[in-house]
Amino acid sequence: MYEKNLAYRLKTRKPDTSTQYLISLMLIVLVTITCYFLANLIGYREVALVLLLVVSILAMLFDIFPVLTAAVLSALIWNYFFIPPTHTFHVGTPEDVLLFLMYFVIALINIVLTSKIRNFERKARDKEGREKTITLYNTLINSLSHELRTPISTIVGAVDTIRENDTKLSEEDKAELINEIEIAGFRLNRQVENLLNMSRLEAGVLQPKLDWCDVNELMHTVIRNYRDSATDYKIYFEQNENLPLFKIDRGLIEQALNNILHNALHYTPKGSSIELRVFQSDSGCVFSISDNGKGISESDAAFIFDKFYRGARFSTGGSGLGLSIAKGFTEAHNGTIRLKNKKAGGAEFIIELPAKSMFVTDDELKDEQG
Amino acid sequence: MNKAEILIIDDEPQIRKLLRITLESNQYKVVQAASGKEGLVAAANHPPELILLDIGLPDKDGHQVLAELREWYHKPIIILSVKDSEQDIISALDNGATDYITKPFRSGELLARIRSAIRLGQNMHLQEPLITAGDLQVDLIARVVKRNAEIVKLTSTEYNLLALFVKNAGRVLTHQYILKEIWGVGYQSETQYLRVFVAQLRKKIEDNPNNPRHIITESGVGYRFS
Repeated sequence: MYEKNLAYRLKTRKPDTSTQYLISLMLIVLVTITCYFLANLIGYREVALVLLLVVSILAMLFDIFPVLTAAVLSALIWNYFFIPPTHTFHVGTPEDVLLFLMYFVIALINIVLTSKIRNFERKARDKEGREKTITLYNTLINSLSHELRTPISTIVGAVDTIRENDTKLSEEDKAELINEIEIAGFRLNRQVENLLNMSRLEAGVLQPKLDWCDVNELMHTVIRNYRDSATDYKIYFEQNENLPLFKIDRGLIEQALNNILHNALHYTPKGSSIELRVFQSDSGCVFSISDNGKGISESDAAFIFDKFYRGARFSTGGSGLGLSIAKGFTEAHNGTIRLKNKKAGGAEFIIELPAKSMFVTDDELKDEQG
Repeated sequence: MNKAEILIIDDEPQIRKLLRITLESNQYKVVQAASGKEGLVAAANHPPELILLDIGLPDKDGHQVLAELREWYHKPIIILSVKDSEQDIISALDNGATDYITKPFRSGELLARIRSAIRLGQNMHLQEPLITAGDLQVDLIARVVKRNAEIVKLTSTEYNLLALFVKNAGRVLTHQYILKEIWGVGYQSETQYLRVFVAQLRKKIEDNPNNPRHIITESGVGYRFS
């Protein structure tokens, strides 16, 4: 949100100072020439009003010094070309002297007031921007500290309960508490891994280590990683027998797929189906993970790969890092990741990787029946 | 009742304590060292049955300690490492480490690694010609492989690969090591052959090749046979 605000400000920023001078001068000259030919129709006093109008408009758009210059110039021009006797700086009547001085004073007041208002507006805008940044920062810190503190509280609390109530606790309760400690430990480990991965991505030190990979086996590994946490879900994967080997960083892609599958398990109701697919494209390989859940709203879809972003419908759980890491690892391969809501309902995540591929022929293997 | 002595070289007191309690409750004798230097002295004074070495030691690089130990110490060394440091793990394995385990580890897994490393160390010189692993039986002399008492037809490369695995059962073998052993020097980076043969071998010896229980992939490092 802050970034958008910044972009808006960049777009509406004033032109640089020399351009401001140039535009001011040109405008004054242009208006002067126009008035010069019209001076017979409109009196020379009205010309002063027209020039004042031009200066006022400039004051609204530009900095104080270009506008001051324009004011002085227009006063001089008015004096020289329009106040009789024309083509001298001499002012004939006391009335005109007063008018000339008034012109100066009004132009100055105009300029100073406009500039004050503009300064005030800028400060208000800066303050708003800062407040937005602070809000974003707080949200992020809150979600992270929640994600880290929850498992820590579980561990500390469970240990305390076991120690204090040793004799009163049933064996079952004790086993359950110990189980909770274990889950908390692995959750903590997962968050730390996410943060480390994120900082590796941010530091820009990530170099994919490409090696030949059997992507069918990779998919089975990803599914196996979630075997224990996915018992209430139906996971489908049909092995594609006609695939070559692909040259990718198996570790990074495994992590990206893990994160997407983790998300699918976390955000769809129990009993949902999740389907994994892998196939060959013109330039490499494509991985797809889709579910039959509710899908992802358009407002969430726009930001879902952003760091620390978490869907509006979901209040707790998740650091908002998983999908942005998946995106980072994919992009480290010059690949793309996208999200599609399926017509039949549910969300589909698609990773497309450009990758070298090869079929190893029997001939190449130089193998013989033993 | 095993009274095998294990030396722990790790700078983290908490990890040392955890390891000591875990190992002692499983009837191992434990000696601890808090630095690489201390570890080298302890190992020289009284050579243990196995060494657990933290590869991320502060004073002396764990790799350096490993290299110095391997100049004279030939029993198993298991590396303790953090995840995401495949390069560290591979270089430790290629420089003589017997096995590795990443933190955080489950103690059950650690004990299994220790048992198989010690067994492997003892059997190094007297290799049994007939090896059984679950439903698999490999006769290294007759070059015959049986699964549930039925003969499995393997090509010669498939057999060589399987024989290498069973001889090193329980231990992780790096891609480079396997390629060098089976295809020879100069093939160390030709991992595509390895991928194809592992897939073929799994189809022949695994109940479920997609969820293998014998040939396990260690992502980014190599394979482990169990």
